[in-house]
Amino acid sequence: MTGTPTQSGPRTLYDKIFDAHVVDRQPDGTCLLYIDRHLVHEVTSPQAFEGLRMTGRKVRAPEKTIAVPDHNVPTTADRVDGIENPEGRAQVAELDKNAREFGVNYYPMNDIRQGIVHIVGPEQGWTLPGMTVVCGDSHTATHGAFGALAHGIGTSEVEHVLATQTLIQKKSKNMKVEITGRLRPGVTAKDITLAVIGKTGTAGGTGHVIEYCGEAIRELSMEGRMTVCNMAIEGGARAGLIAPDEKTFEYVKGRPHAPKGAAWEAALSWWKTLFSDEGAHWDKVVTIRGEDIEPVVTWGTSPEDVLPIGGTVPAPEDFEGGKVEAARRSLDYMGLTPGMKLTDIKVDAVFIGSCTNGRIEDLRAAAGVLRGKHLAPGVRGMVVPGSGLVRMQAEEEGLDRVFIDAGFDWRLAGCSMCLGMNPDQLAPGERCAATSNRNFEGRMGRGGRTHLMSPVMAAAAGIAGHLVDVREVLAEAPATA
Amino acid sequence: MDKFTTLTGIAAPMPLVNIDTDMIIPKQFLKTIHRSGLGKNLFDEMRYFPDGTENPDFVLNKPAWRDSQIIVAGDNFGCGSSREHAPWALLDYGIRAVISTSFADIFYNNCFKNGILPIVLPAEAVEALMKDAENGANARLTVDLESQTVTGADGTAYHFDIDPHRKHCLLNGLDDIGLTMEKAPAIEAYETRIAQSQPWV
Repeated sequence: MTGTPTQSGPRTLYDKIFDAHVVDRQPDGTCLLYIDRHLVHEVTSPQAFEGLRMTGRKVRAPEKTIAVPDHNVPTTADRVDGIENPEGRAQVAELDKNAREFGVNYYPMNDIRQGIVHIVGPEQGWTLPGMTVVCGDSHTATHGAFGALAHGIGTSEVEHVLATQTLIQKKSKNMKVEITGRLRPGVTAKDITLAVIGKTGTAGGTGHVIEYCGEAIRELSMEGRMTVCNMAIEGGARAGLIAPDEKTFEYVKGRPHAPKGAAWEAALSWWKTLFSDEGAHWDKVVTIRGEDIEPVVTWGTSPEDVLPIGGTVPAPEDFEGGKVEAARRSLDYMGLTPGMKLTDIKVDAVFIGSCTNGRIEDLRAAAGVLRGKHLAPGVRGMVVPGSGLVRMQAEEEGLDRVFIDAGFDWRLAGCSMCLGMNPDQLAPGERCAATSNRNFEGRMGRGGRTHLMSPVMAAAAGIAGHLVDVREVLAEAPATA
Repeated sequence: MDKFTTLTGIAAPMPLVNIDTDMIIPKQFLKTIHRSGLGKNLFDEMRYFPDGTENPDFVLNKPAWRDSQIIVAGDNFGCGSSREHAPWALLDYGIRAVISTSFADIFYNNCFKNGILPIVLPAEAVEALMKDAENGANARLTVDLESQTVTGADGTAYHFDIDPHRKHCLLNGLDDIGLTMEKAPAIEAYETRIAQSQPWV
């Protein structure tokens, strides 16, 4: 047994966090890793709690376990009366029961602090630099924005963490994604993360933990960094992280569960050591010039199907191998013809929200484009704040009025349309400009067609009634985005 | 968890790349609070028409592959969400092994927790086995975990790599939690140390 690193010499940020959490290391490299924060939602946890019950086990560290319902919750005001769908209602009731029975931290559906688990964790100060964070949800990568090692796990592992507060892990490889220089106006964190996936593919990060770095990353707000890390999984990487800096510390300070007083000072001195050493080994390096990134959208049914908004729909023959058939299937599902301009794709719906883009900065950005404008005729729009507190903040800033005046529905917090496990769904054939993270077939509702993009691009598409370069919309009238 | 030792069975060819977990088990079936019963909805939106009738063109609906126990798949199988409902659905249908050139990390990991063997082989081997799979019951594949081989219809054996710890657990049907519980003293020692050095955790 050892808690000390086996690796000497320069280390990456990932190496440092991993080493600091090793409880046990076997000769073959299999490690038992301590988990600092375990986030739990209603969809991937019932079978895990049931497993504990069947074996007479308890939750080892309920004080490090945080539960919140998000996937199934309706986002309409009438949810205070309960969830209509019987299965969704049962699943949320099960989380209620489990959270209370096992004594974990809990934000029930109608608590103002409820929201998408990956927004609630940082907001409440549960997520801190240098921590290991897991959740039965692949978008746990979001928390990497704080310089935490955060990734999704399956339900068997949820049960394992509940029972032992550890996870059996082998070290992943190190991948560096550097975004140099500065972003151009109208280009956002979402464009960065999509551009990276467009370049590396959905399996480009498989087996790796990504560290995002470079000037363009440093310049991002914490909200923007969360957007970038959130989609590491769409690039195949279990985790993406960013070294903490003054912005990180500033964001964390004063949050309900952040350390205070002497503990804050002690924490800060450790957090400041959390960066990749000069000369650390990288198994893979990808570099993109920030200036080269354009506002992008997806055209197909894989997050790697990314193109700058000025592009045209590709043909299956533009690809190689298995991707030819996949592209053909995508085009058929999406109802698109090769060669058509992306800006000629009409949209029926706009969705602003999700753990990717449901934070206050995202709502401010979208509202900046929408102020004084209206959705095009026939386009429906939905804004779903990532948490009750984001919603409250937005209302204090009057953003709700901007959205409502522009013709949007202003909703309560939840995962909403992003995965259509609740009443918010696309109809078959309905086409949506979405700020979420997956454009898979059926993801937002059977037959629904999803184009992924940034909040400003989604807002602009809503106004124009078709996919459009947000910079053109902004040029029409000086705006504040 | 059921042991996995050897398996001889029909393999379904699914050459599509990037088969994601939303395809394997769509979100509407994640509302269950049980692990079993998901097999009927495996690949639901590819397997059934919106009215609930079977799509005769989908491989598992064709007579030759209805009893498949193996899937030979295109690259990056299981990408997307962490839902363990994906391996639960495969297992409930009767699939015990998936062969591809690559798997998404979380899905790959989840398979081992459920007695399913995900097998990574080079593209040429997957291509050859895909051809076998296209012959349905006339070309059964044999998977032997102990010797780490997949044997095609013509007797060609393909060796695959697997993590020794995972192999051991799968061969013996071992429960990870039980194993880790035996290390409780080490976990306690870690917690005691961290409570001193990082009291905010």
